[in-house]
Amino acid sequence: MSNHVMQLNDVHVRFPIGANWLGRPKGFVHALNGVDLTVRRGKTLGIVGESGCGKSTLAQVLMGILNPTEGRFSSTADKEAGVQIVFQDPQSSLNARMPIWRVITEPVFARKRTSVAELRNIAVELARQVGLREEVLDRHPHEFSGGQRQRIAIARALSSDPDIIVLDEPTSALDISIQAQILNLLTELQQARGITYIFISHDISVVRYLCDEVAVMYLGQVVEKGPVEDVLGAPQHPYTSLLLESVPTMGVAGDFGQPLTNTDLPSNRNLPPHCYFLDRCTFAGSECRQAQSLSPVGGEKDHVARCVRATSGDLNMREGKENGAC
Amino acid sequence: MSDAAQTSKPRGLNINWRYIWYQISRSPLMMIGSSIIAIVLILVIFAPLFATHDPNAISLRERLAPPSWDHFFGTDEVGRDLYSRILYGGQQSIAVGFFVVVLAGGIGTLLGAFSGLVGGRLDTAIMRLMDVVLSVPSLVLVLALAAALGPSLQNAALAIAIVRIPFYVRLARGQTLLVREMAYVTAAETFHAKKRHILRWHILPNIMSPILVQTTLDLGNTILLASALSFIGLGAQQPTAEWGAMVATGRNYILDQWWYSAFPGFAILITATAFNLFGDGLRDILDPKQKAR
Amino acid sequence: MSDAVLQIEGLEIQFPGFAGAVHAVSGVDIEVGAGEIVGIVGESGSAKSVTAMSALRLLPKGAFDMPSGKITLLGKDLATITETEMNEMRGRDVAMIFQEPQTALNPTKKIGKQMIKVIELHTELKGKAAKDHALSLLRDMRINDAEEILDRYPFELSGGMRQRILIGMAFACSPRLLVADEPTTALDVTVQRQVLQLLHHKARQTGASVLFISHDLAVVNQFCDRVYVMYAGRVIESGKTADALGSPAHPYTQALIEALPEHAKKGEALSSIDGTVPNLVKPPTGCAFEARCTKSIEKCIQRPALKPIAADKRQVACWLKEAQNV
Repeated sequence: MSNHVMQLNDVHVRFPIGANWLGRPKGFVHALNGVDLTVRRGKTLGIVGESGCGKSTLAQVLMGILNPTEGRFSSTADKEAGVQIVFQDPQSSLNARMPIWRVITEPVFARKRTSVAELRNIAVELARQVGLREEVLDRHPHEFSGGQRQRIAIARALSSDPDIIVLDEPTSALDISIQAQILNLLTELQQARGITYIFISHDISVVRYLCDEVAVMYLGQVVEKGPVEDVLGAPQHPYTSLLLESVPTMGVAGDFGQPLTNTDLPSNRNLPPHCYFLDRCTFAGSECRQAQSLSPVGGEKDHVARCVRATSGDLNMREGKENGAC
Repeated sequence: MSDAAQTSKPRGLNINWRYIWYQISRSPLMMIGSSIIAIVLILVIFAPLFATHDPNAISLRERLAPPSWDHFFGTDEVGRDLYSRILYGGQQSIAVGFFVVVLAGGIGTLLGAFSGLVGGRLDTAIMRLMDVVLSVPSLVLVLALAAALGPSLQNAALAIAIVRIPFYVRLARGQTLLVREMAYVTAAETFHAKKRHILRWHILPNIMSPILVQTTLDLGNTILLASALSFIGLGAQQPTAEWGAMVATGRNYILDQWWYSAFPGFAILITATAFNLFGDGLRDILDPKQKAR
Repeated sequence: MSDAVLQIEGLEIQFPGFAGAVHAVSGVDIEVGAGEIVGIVGESGSAKSVTAMSALRLLPKGAFDMPSGKITLLGKDLATITETEMNEMRGRDVAMIFQEPQTALNPTKKIGKQMIKVIELHTELKGKAAKDHALSLLRDMRINDAEEILDRYPFELSGGMRQRILIGMAFACSPRLLVADEPTTALDVTVQRQVLQLLHHKARQTGASVLFISHDLAVVNQFCDRVYVMYAGRVIESGKTADALGSPAHPYTQALIEALPEHAKKGEALSSIDGTVPNLVKPPTGCAFEARCTKSIEKCIQRPALKPIAADKRQVACWLKEAQNV
């Protein structure tokens, strides 16, 4: 059995916008522009990027509720219930009209009419696993805090015994002290059940803590991916470096010297023919005027970046930084 | 702001009676509306207990008598006690109101929710059909339908119900489109739940609040409309006591025997107003956000 | 102190509610000096926003009670001034920036119209001069095509762009105090960095004081000179940022910083804070953190006062510290 549970080859997703009088679309929003990814069994893959990078479209493809316009997506997970999701917003992800034992067992109930007693047994067991007391099972979602709601959402995802759980910013709406509890719970569950996680986040420090591998996305493409220590420890793509530098930290206060000039993404209606990051890149050269492909960094085959200058060894980031800033 | 608001926020219909009572007691209009409704319902439902005379007992000796201790609201042209007739007549009017909102609300909600959930061509077809119905002024349509079905209170109610359906379809569809975007519906899609499950489990329970408000507001309107139909002779027939019909006959005597049409008219007015006040108050309770801002 | 731009003393705020009054703020002292950038950091329920809103008299009338407290804004006691005077102050001397940049701009009017109106309303500048001022404010915010932006509607712009415009507008009349309530929470990290840089720059340049409210410890750490840490409607620690967040004295601040994934090693459990925030309908009579504190002592059932423990307005509200000092 292969240890690859999901494979994406050159996946494109386009959404038509508007329509002319013939009913033909006037244009397209290019949400994903050639994504290659491999999800390994029992591991955690982090997907990092800012708004507009295609994270949520990618999540929909991974969950099987959106088909790629182009490219190939294959998954060994069970079609019906193999992939589950935990959403960012614990307010809207739980149906406020249902008691939580119903919420937790919904995936079971929706596919097969199961007796109430059996459903309750399942709910009790799952509640225990996510650290909820049995007495609270008859309450409704609004009686719970954000952290507890997220536990309920995790229990619901577990109830169909999935191979893969997509975690879509599961802690970004939570307080720090609660975030730690939820991250610990996720780690425990993974160790106990061997689930594969796909962790979508903009929070670099959480990704660094939780993930084995990470893919950095920009405008519908993976611009860099590889083992977490490599990508976040020694970033090769200029965008990854920018992202890392931008993250506020608890260390010594950052320098508030020269502000960044351009933070806007190129339009996803008309994709640029050159490297997507060209307009914001401080290292751009003539080679960057052509489309870029993912190539291995140095001798490592797991760590790849979509930057011709970085992968050909032409780009010395540190030197560039000294020249670029100030 | 949000910090404090989060601590006390029971939502929706997961009934917390103490919370509902707290909200009602804070809204004077709602208090008035619900008190009147309560009184009217008690009087009407237990009409035999409160009536002083048989509503259909003719007493030609006492015809068109003014209000007195014997006849609180006076009598009509054949000497029937108007007070008792209004109590019994309320049974007709209010029954029509409930019948219409249950029928129109039920069918309209199901159709609208279904239409919004499936989307596509079927949705378009349903909505265009509703647009056609809505494009005809509703009173005209009710008149036409009631006339075609034949003059009786049941047919009048049916006609009103048919005309009210598109309003519920539109409302339910709009709400469905909102609920469909909620993350719990997406979650249900990820485990490939059937449309029927999503409709029953997620859509219907979550679109109920605005529809409930609409039905209470509609109760008042329906009572008015039913009375109007009876008034022009397409609703309740003699000798059935019904508010609209009573106002209609009383009209002939309005200059000399004002009480004949005034009291039933007042009953219509006060009941319709009470349901409207109640509906407005209910909207505030079910949607606390609207009030807080 | 006489040079304080904003001084809040003994502030108490309650919100009447169905289950009883919520004691949102109970006894808060906060001071913002001239030219100082002061942060209020806390998790949800700490009433950091409520405190700041009350300083500008922005809480909805009739929705709250203020049993005690004195607020002095630019040397004026807020209890003694009229609504008209307050409105004048809010436009001219005090400005605000909120979390959601889209709701602060009128979607039906062009950016230029809105900016020029604000400038004409609060300064002597009219017509062409007002427009030039608007342009210069936008250029200060690193908006390159300022002319063109004036001609756009808010919805045509990105969130980061809108927030930069709002910061520019906030500085239109050289305010002496700027209150920023989670101004970058809705933004991506690279945009957040840019916005923070611009805000910092502009505040220093004009000498305006900033009251910065955030849930994000790292952002506050990098952005603020001095910080107040709030918990359950009380200030539990304050001081220069490097002191209060660099070597925290209160067990809550310590636990909060330890719970950040930034400090955790992969594979090790994150340290989390057990329990939840106390119910503020019946606020604890002792230390608010006592129930969750791992170091609590007998004395913690009494409420500790915020007391100085070092120079530079370094204060903490904890019996443990008091015991050490004696």
